[in-house]
Amino acid sequence: MHRSLIWILIILMSVALYLVFIWSPIEKVMGNVQKIFYFHVGSAWVAFLAFGVVFVYSILFLMKRKRSYDMIAGISAEIGVLFTAIVLTTGPIWGRSAWNTWWTWEPRLTTTFILFFLYLAYIFIRRMDGAWEKKARLAAVFGIISFIDVPIVFMAIRWWNSKLHPIVFGDAPNQSGGGIEGEMLVTLLFCLGVITLLYIVLLQKGIYIERTKLAVENVKKNIQEKLMK
Amino acid sequence: MRDLIKSALAITWKDLYAEWRTKQVFSTMLIFSGLVIVTFSFAFDPTNNTIRAVIPGMIWVITIFAGILGLNRSFISEQYNDSLHGLIVSPIDPSSIYFGKFLSNFIIVLFVQMITIPLLFILFDYKMNGNILLFLLVLFLGSAGFICVGTFLAALSANSRSSEMLLPIILFPVISPIVIAAVQSTRILLIDVEEIESLFSWISLMAGYDLLFFVFCFFLFEFIMEV
Amino acid sequence: MIKTVTLNKTIAEKTILNDINITVNQGETIGILGPNGAGKSTILKIIGGLMKPSFGHVMIDNIPVKENNLEIKKKIGFLAHNSYLYEHLSPVENLTFFGKLYQVNQLEYKVKELIREVGLQFFMNEPVRSFSRGMIQRLAIVRAIVHDPSILILDEPHTGLDQQASRILNELILKKKEQKTTILMVTHDLAQAIETCDRFILMKKGVIIDDFVLENKNVHQLKEIYLRQVG
Ligand SMILES: Nc1ncnc2c1ncn2[C@@H]1O[C@H](COP(=O)(O)OP(=O)(O)OP(=O)(O)O)[C@@H](O)[C@H]1O
Ligand SMILES: [Mg+2]
Repeated sequence: MHRSLIWILIILMSVALYLVFIWSPIEKVMGNVQKIFYFHVGSAWVAFLAFGVVFVYSILFLMKRKRSYDMIAGISAEIGVLFTAIVLTTGPIWGRSAWNTWWTWEPRLTTTFILFFLYLAYIFIRRMDGAWEKKARLAAVFGIISFIDVPIVFMAIRWWNSKLHPIVFGDAPNQSGGGIEGEMLVTLLFCLGVITLLYIVLLQKGIYIERTKLAVENVKKNIQEKLMK
Repeated sequence: MRDLIKSALAITWKDLYAEWRTKQVFSTMLIFSGLVIVTFSFAFDPTNNTIRAVIPGMIWVITIFAGILGLNRSFISEQYNDSLHGLIVSPIDPSSIYFGKFLSNFIIVLFVQMITIPLLFILFDYKMNGNILLFLLVLFLGSAGFICVGTFLAALSANSRSSEMLLPIILFPVISPIVIAAVQSTRILLIDVEEIESLFSWISLMAGYDLLFFVFCFFLFEFIMEV
Repeated sequence: MIKTVTLNKTIAEKTILNDINITVNQGETIGILGPNGAGKSTILKIIGGLMKPSFGHVMIDNIPVKENNLEIKKKIGFLAHNSYLYEHLSPVENLTFFGKLYQVNQLEYKVKELIREVGLQFFMNEPVRSFSRGMIQRLAIVRAIVHDPSILILDEPHTGLDQQASRILNELILKKKEQKTTILMVTHDLAQAIETCDRFILMKKGVIIDDFVLENKNVHQLKEIYLRQVG
């Protein structure tokens, strides 16, 4: 199952690369740099999806106290942080050619920046000392709090931003090119699909690694107990 | 509900009384704020007229950094003799522990602000000519939101051995909206009075944030209080 | 009446309690004995409402203890390894605070009375910070009984007490026993245990290995059973 998913992913990924770099037209104003937009938006989408998953599994964990729920939440957060990091690196590359500065305090980018720290904090809580039950419980509580914080952060930053710079930059990145062409849209949607699949594969892999770790620990403990006797 | 408030007030009273006896947290927060003000005066030339522009930011930097000192103590102090366990086994709602601690932290921070903000105005020769009542409302709402989340996360991070390091890291991202709103509304009140109409949207953002997070923290607190 | 139904507790995949079934009748005084790390304190914490079991549940007065049942918590007095006292507050302030949480009537009078009972009247207004180990233990004991609980849970109450204080404590326990208070006590001091308890539960590695009644107050017999079972 996992194997076949990986193969499907590899094939789809090559198709996506083909669509991005060869099939879709080159954007008139920005040229080739615009291609990064597909990865940028895709990563942002997966980051939000990952944090949504953290939220849902945090609630589930607090209700059912199953270790697997905690595991999914934890791995999803790690993947989410990875993809926010991608957003935060592709964003400036995009911004450099769109607005001629590396970093703008554009609301979406700034929110992602805060999001990055929010879920880094979540991972810090998971790295606390003590039994996993405690860490899982506390992390779940933080996972809920931080998720409800995200829309408020976005709202506050957008207001703040519009106060600072009365001329709002192209509200969405694609507006700066003046409308999105049909082929670009198809490519974007395809990329979103593929990157979501990538997320699922990473999640599966992560769960597999965690389970293996646990199994190894159990074996270690059993051996220890046998030696003690 | 009445019992909940009663036991919360008992906890608040106990904390404030212990604080009044030792004055440890309060004096540390004051001295720290004083030092921050002095550092600001080195960083931004106090004789320059542009200094006015950074005063709103200073107010909230002082409040938040000094506040974190108090928040850190708030639950660590319950760990000597495991007295937090004493609260957990007693017949009170866990939320009343949250409410009680929130109140005591809030009151201490308000007291610190009562001293440091006038001091800041005097030292930087700033004459307040905005609306005092609105200014107090902004201070109240901003600090309430900060302490509301701060108390909750202080309880959370107290579970860690390195809680003093953990708390700022997990607190700052969560309170970023309230920091933005508080600084912006303070700026509007103190400097850019002409933008007064947007003040109300900031104030409502703060009020909404306070309410939302108070409710969530209040109900999620029992999960933090498990042993 | 306390009944535990297949209590299990695991922390970090480690089994600490394994299928604990105990029934304690109203007014019984039980001594729980066993080597270090047997899980004695853990049982008391679960019954006392401090910890949740991983599996199984506790019934108190025939009601299964759901999360945070305030009425049931009010019936329980809990003395743990640590005193739960606030260092900066005096005995009177400490007891008044906890009395308020337990909504005790005539608190002021009661607090003074209790402090006198354990011989701390001369230190009534000193902060607890300056107390010796034994004085703290005395105060911790009255903290646990400030609300006249009908179930008293004591985790090694005799540690750090001098002869006189141990006697005071035993008298206090016997007085509670006469008032039909159910008492669960963990101790390593068999001589003190036999003074007050009638029934003994032996534990080892998270399981109950023996449960017997011993009314003849014979320490040697208790010691013999303990050594035979625990080794
Ligand atoms: N928070 C925890 N995390 C991990 N293990 C724990 C925790 N609390 C207790 N344990 C383990 O549970 C076991 C039982 O502990 P418990 O305190 O119930 O023992 P005890 O019988 O009271 O011992 P003692 O006579 O020393 O007081 C011990 O092996 C201990 O290591
Ligand atoms: Mg013990």
